[in-house]
Amino acid sequence: MRAPTSGPEVAAGDVLLSVENVSLSFGGVKAVTDVSFDIRKGEIRAIIGPNGAGKTSMLNVINGFYHPQKGRISFKGKTRSKMRPHEAAHGGIARTFQNVALFRGMTALDNIMAGRTLKMHRNFFWQLLRFGPALAEEVEHRHRVEEIIEFLEIQAIRRVQVGRLPYGLQKRVELGRALAMEPELLLLDEPMAGMNLEEKEDMSRFVLDVNNHYGTTIALIEHDMGVVMDLSDRVVVLDHGIKIADGTPDQVKSNQKVIDAYLGVAH
Amino acid sequence: MFYREAGQFKTSYSADESVFPILQDRIGIAVILGLAFVVIPLTATSFTLSSVLIPVLIFSLAAIGLNLLTGYTGLLSLGTGGFMGVGAYACYKLTSLFPNANIIVLILASGFFSAGIGAVFGLPSLRIKGFYLAVATLASQFFLSWCFVRVPWLVNYNVSNAIEVPTRTMFDIPITGPNATPMTRYLVVLSIVVGMTWLASNLLRGRIGRTWMAVRDMDIAAELIGIRLYRTKLLAFAVSSFYCGVAGAMMVFLWLGAAEADSFNINQSFLILFMVIIGGLGSLIGSFFGAAFIWGLPIVLKMLPEFFGVKIHAATVEHLQFMTLGALIIFFLVVEPHGLARLWQIGKQKLRVWPFPY
Repeated sequence: MRAPTSGPEVAAGDVLLSVENVSLSFGGVKAVTDVSFDIRKGEIRAIIGPNGAGKTSMLNVINGFYHPQKGRISFKGKTRSKMRPHEAAHGGIARTFQNVALFRGMTALDNIMAGRTLKMHRNFFWQLLRFGPALAEEVEHRHRVEEIIEFLEIQAIRRVQVGRLPYGLQKRVELGRALAMEPELLLLDEPMAGMNLEEKEDMSRFVLDVNNHYGTTIALIEHDMGVVMDLSDRVVVLDHGIKIADGTPDQVKSNQKVIDAYLGVAH
Repeated sequence: MFYREAGQFKTSYSADESVFPILQDRIGIAVILGLAFVVIPLTATSFTLSSVLIPVLIFSLAAIGLNLLTGYTGLLSLGTGGFMGVGAYACYKLTSLFPNANIIVLILASGFFSAGIGAVFGLPSLRIKGFYLAVATLASQFFLSWCFVRVPWLVNYNVSNAIEVPTRTMFDIPITGPNATPMTRYLVVLSIVVGMTWLASNLLRGRIGRTWMAVRDMDIAAELIGIRLYRTKLLAFAVSSFYCGVAGAMMVFLWLGAAEADSFNINQSFLILFMVIIGGLGSLIGSFFGAAFIWGLPIVLKMLPEFFGVKIHAATVEHLQFMTLGALIIFFLVVEPHGLARLWQIGKQKLRVWPFPY
């Protein structure tokens, strides 16, 4: 797959995105307090923590849904404090949601094709005629989308309205839509939530394959510790909006603060 | 058995993405177009043409317009009548300003005025959704209705305060005005409607159609994949109003021959909305079904007592019409909330698997 067109290239292993001292609050509720971490190009970075730790808020900050009151975020060397979601999309950040956010009335194929909106440039009048260059563009993108469909093994449900699909497949289509954007950074918000063991294994395989095959950097929120420890290169742990640990899975596992946060402390 | 795609293999994506991938559908549409363009003009009476077919086609186009907005982009609008009116009045002004220009070009051009006005009244949609947006578009309906009544410039200061359609010819054949034959008008309307439906289907199957539906189904996720909501919504308003505007212009110039401000009031907006809902939200063919149903059913109901030789007073017939129509609308919404288009789809699916149940 081609790299996104905008911004300078980042070599593997270098910092792709860094979050510096970000604080976010809603009225009196502090969702995230003074959190800093970075995501390196090509790695799988997990963000974990108990419920309400501010993980999803963190993702929302990264892709521009929320604007933090304090702190900075730099992506591919460019620093910004405010960014709209569609600008994040332009920059090469894609995302899946905790509770599937597919276009329910559209087919799986159309959902994934919609992910390629940014890559399609033929204007309104060509679209009206759907002839020559416009048709050629459509077919070219269909080829790319079919590669993704094949990769995710969802050929059989191409023409099915996604609202009628079982949950596991919806999650897969949503991953497909994110992949269609050919992102540089893929944010996965609980990709395995509500899945059985087999579906989790499948999804883990897809995540690893995306990372290996396309070289996509992945930031992932997940509650299944087995999955997190096996998949991720580095883990950042949040609790009540504060970063309590950051490091390799093994380091994090043995961190006393993390154990306390998950198991509770005796008073 | 007769309607089955077995053995029809696609070898390219462009073949797979065609409007009618199934051979039987292609034959079907060719037959329908043949009937509409050749057989009907030769056989239909002028009553059928000017009181049934022309209005059904025009309302279908208006319903397509509203469907693009409400069915495909998910923006509820009650301003359809007003936007149709903008098209009609714009066309009237254009014919007075350019008496020698081709009338068909003017009818199509008047759509652009409607599109502009529609985009302006679509601005609230950037902030509000659902029923609240319906109220905002209702305001546009009232404002435009007021303009049609109160701005005499729109009707060239006519004493009657109405649009009086002038005679315009093309190749020496009168297209509009009292001398135009129903057959000519029917053919012009049919060509415009078929052409614009084709363009709409192109638009809907491509990038723009997908962005509209994405905004309808989940605007947050749409923004996330790089769709700009304001552009998408305003484009939907503009295109939708263009269709409504052309429908309005055709309604006056190719069907009624004269029109007052009342033709474009809130009732018209509701009528088109009913057509869209009965026909099926988010379906082009549903727009045709809806228009045919809402316009055709009263005509059928009016003819029924006569057909069975029952003598009923004319007023009673009319009351019965309203009651039956209302009851049928409720019946349809209960039985099939997705409209006639869904029934059509189910029918096609049944035919595919016949004689087996599934």
